[in-house]
Amino acid sequence: MKLNVNGQLHEIVSDPRTPLLYVLRDDLKLNAAKFGCGLGQCGACTVLIDGEAVFSCITPAALIADKKITTLEGLGTLAQPSPIQRAFIEEQAAQCGYCIPGMMMRAQALLQKKPQANDDEIRAALEPNLCRCGTQMRILRAVGRARALMATAQAGDRT
Amino acid sequence: MSGGPVIVSRRAVLAGSGALLFSFSSLGPLRAQRADELQVGSASASMQFRGSLEKAPFLDSWIRVEANGAITVFTGKAELGQGIKTALLQIAAEKLDTSLDQLVIVTADTARTPDEGYTAGSHSVQDSGTAIMHAATQVRQLLIEQAATRSGVPADQLRTENATVVAPDGRRFAYRDLVADQMLHVEAAPESSLYPNQFKIMQHSVPRVDIPAKVTGGEAYVQDLRPTGMVHGRVVRPPSYGAKLVSVDTATVETMPGVIKVVRDGSFLGVIATGEFQAIEAMRALAAAARWEETAQLPNSAALPDFLMAQPSQDITVLDARQQGSETKTLSATYTRPYIAHGSIGPSCALALHDGDALTIWTHSQGVYPLRNAIAEMLGMAKAQVRCIHAEGAGCYGQNGADDAAADAALLARAVPGQPVRLQWMREQEHATEPYGPAMVVKVNAGLDGSGRIIDWDYAVWSNTHAMRPGPAGTLIAARSVATAFPQPAPRPIPMPEGGGDRNSIPLYKFPNARVIYHFLPNMPVRVSALRALGAHVNIFAIESFMDELADAAGADPVQFRLQHLDDPRARDVITSAAQRFGWSDRSRSGTRGCGFAFARYKNLAAYCAIACEVEVERQSGRARMLRAVAAVDAGQVVNPDGVVNQIEGAILQSMSWTLFENVAFDERRITSIDWATYPILRFSGVPDAVEVHIVQRSGQPFLGCGEAGQGPAAAAIGNAIAAAIGQRLRDLPLSRERIKAVIGL
Repeated sequence: MKLNVNGQLHEIVSDPRTPLLYVLRDDLKLNAAKFGCGLGQCGACTVLIDGEAVFSCITPAALIADKKITTLEGLGTLAQPSPIQRAFIEEQAAQCGYCIPGMMMRAQALLQKKPQANDDEIRAALEPNLCRCGTQMRILRAVGRARALMATAQAGDRT
Repeated sequence: MSGGPVIVSRRAVLAGSGALLFSFSSLGPLRAQRADELQVGSASASMQFRGSLEKAPFLDSWIRVEANGAITVFTGKAELGQGIKTALLQIAAEKLDTSLDQLVIVTADTARTPDEGYTAGSHSVQDSGTAIMHAATQVRQLLIEQAATRSGVPADQLRTENATVVAPDGRRFAYRDLVADQMLHVEAAPESSLYPNQFKIMQHSVPRVDIPAKVTGGEAYVQDLRPTGMVHGRVVRPPSYGAKLVSVDTATVETMPGVIKVVRDGSFLGVIATGEFQAIEAMRALAAAARWEETAQLPNSAALPDFLMAQPSQDITVLDARQQGSETKTLSATYTRPYIAHGSIGPSCALALHDGDALTIWTHSQGVYPLRNAIAEMLGMAKAQVRCIHAEGAGCYGQNGADDAAADAALLARAVPGQPVRLQWMREQEHATEPYGPAMVVKVNAGLDGSGRIIDWDYAVWSNTHAMRPGPAGTLIAARSVATAFPQPAPRPIPMPEGGGDRNSIPLYKFPNARVIYHFLPNMPVRVSALRALGAHVNIFAIESFMDELADAAGADPVQFRLQHLDDPRARDVITSAAQRFGWSDRSRSGTRGCGFAFARYKNLAAYCAIACEVEVERQSGRARMLRAVAAVDAGQVVNPDGVVNQIEGAILQSMSWTLFENVAFDERRITSIDWATYPILRFSGVPDAVEVHIVQRSGQPFLGCGEAGQGPAAAAIGNAIAAAIGQRLRDLPLSRERIKAVIGL
């Protein structure tokens, strides 16, 4: 099957039932999406499919062959971090950090669709994602900061 | 039980002298292990002043300067997400007079770093940080002396900057040019001046060195390691404790796509496959084919406290201080906690490579040395043949499945020499087989005199051990499962002053008469070990809840009541600071909202922490939500202020989850909390609106570990706030919506 991941087309040889998460991690060697539960209960595996946040651990890869998949690696790099990555670094919004890529992708999905999402909407959007270290206050602050950074970037684009 | 109860004076306990440790030697079978066997370090005065230099005195065990300019800091502690890499680098850079980016750090690795036991108990900065501070100070001094010899300029006229010694005439000597063969292979001097008057790097909120990779998809975790030729392993766990594998037809599974090998040894069952999903499919097929003989008998979870108090116990008198006095009013109460899971978001994982002679394991264990010993024993290998290297896992809050997963990976790797095997647990395996924080019961009686002061305090706590870590091979599930099984070692209590079930069972408050008894319960029907804060979570919940109940009986304000019974000025300072910043005296008392306060000094020897919070109770559902919390913390000399704030924020939210939601469920045989649906924890809808953490600065004071300082006070502050909101006291954790609804009667 062919998968469009982060703007690149990949030919994958795999059992079509294989959840997308294992294709991303094992075939494409992408680290950001994490195995947390395999049940769609914790959000550590969250990626974007056509802009929607989905649990990659329960999404069979074959079902999304014609869709656009975006992982955290597709947003930015260490050298050129995206607004949401900058925001999480600037807010030091991590302890162990294992849940953080999933949090960032879910927030990214919200802010792409609704750049002016208010704090309650951010909180509601993150409900499917679990953090065990207790970093939620920082995660909320980081998403709020990302919202501002994206607005600035958008304004920059228009000028 | 054998041996009599141990009686030690409160003075000895509070002074942190060796009296309590020494007293245990009279107890025969109850003899406690040395603190550093069970946890980390010890609380002795020399540890406080020299940290882990006591165990690894050579300077080049901690700091090495290479001729190519590389300066490496070594620590036996592990990054668990607490930011220890960054904090230790800050200490080294400050004292070596380098910038942060001139240093690299190597963490726990049995081939490279000092043996610092476990990364646990809020000890890392106290033990490793103190050692690195001494070592870096003395390395810099040796380099200056070397420059003095070469330049002919007296050492006291030389200064340093940027990893270079600078002479008054402008001559510069890079550290790398000064270091000679064995120059740093010397034992640390007994004393070195430690705390500078001005800090360039310490005491500043330096960004964590590990975060950028974690937020950009870098290789950050053991889960991300992919050496060439790596294959995937999965194990099938027994369905209940001690279940024996009667039979399993492996032939069908061996023909499944990608399967390389099925590994069976006694009741240990695993599979190795080329692809990860292939390994999972094969694991499921194996599990379906396996027949088990189950014998576990678990207690009635609906009556856990009664079960615990009926168990045979070894009784330890933690405190017995009696004077005269007459009480006019007495109160008593019982507080309980169920088993609580660590519930790391990422199930445990390890990578192992057996090359025929030597075994290397990448693991997120908290103790690479003890784990190395346990795995060598399990496999009948010499310790020198086994190397354990720490690689980060998902958050670690005490002993989760990390050690067991490492042992599983070792057994699988041995079956396919030359091939690296990546073993990861499934969610239900992590939930059902990790060792939980023990269920506990506290009973307390106290008497007030006519002036409303506490004059009598009688406290008893029931608990299993909080320390079943490796060491012995029998601590590992795999070693207990193989055909030539290793027996589980007998549980032992962790001695005071750190304590296990009795951790923080001695109030810091001053009472004329006080007695504390620890009923240590050797019988462990449910697997238990260390969960962050150990018994301190329950003991502080009980003590601080009861202080509020006593304040109420005395007609006193809870904060004032605490201050009336405290003479430690640093304790008083955090209490006053948290109360003022929260606005305690002007707090709201509306119908559905309540405010609560709590305080403790972790282990009575680490960081001080006071927390005030406001909780709202939704009367229809019974749901309690923390609206805001304000904490004040005194962690002695602070290395990274934002690191301290992050730890206390995390403690408040994690403890709120334990306190409001969590309870490991089981039936008569099996654990039934096997995922996030059957073991619900905090989600964003329960997150407070605001959490503030204020640091009480103590520049120049010894480091006081803070990673576990907030859990107890947070639990009690929430309990006290709920009591204030609903006018009734809940004493059984979790303070669930069902329990709240039951008492408010709607």
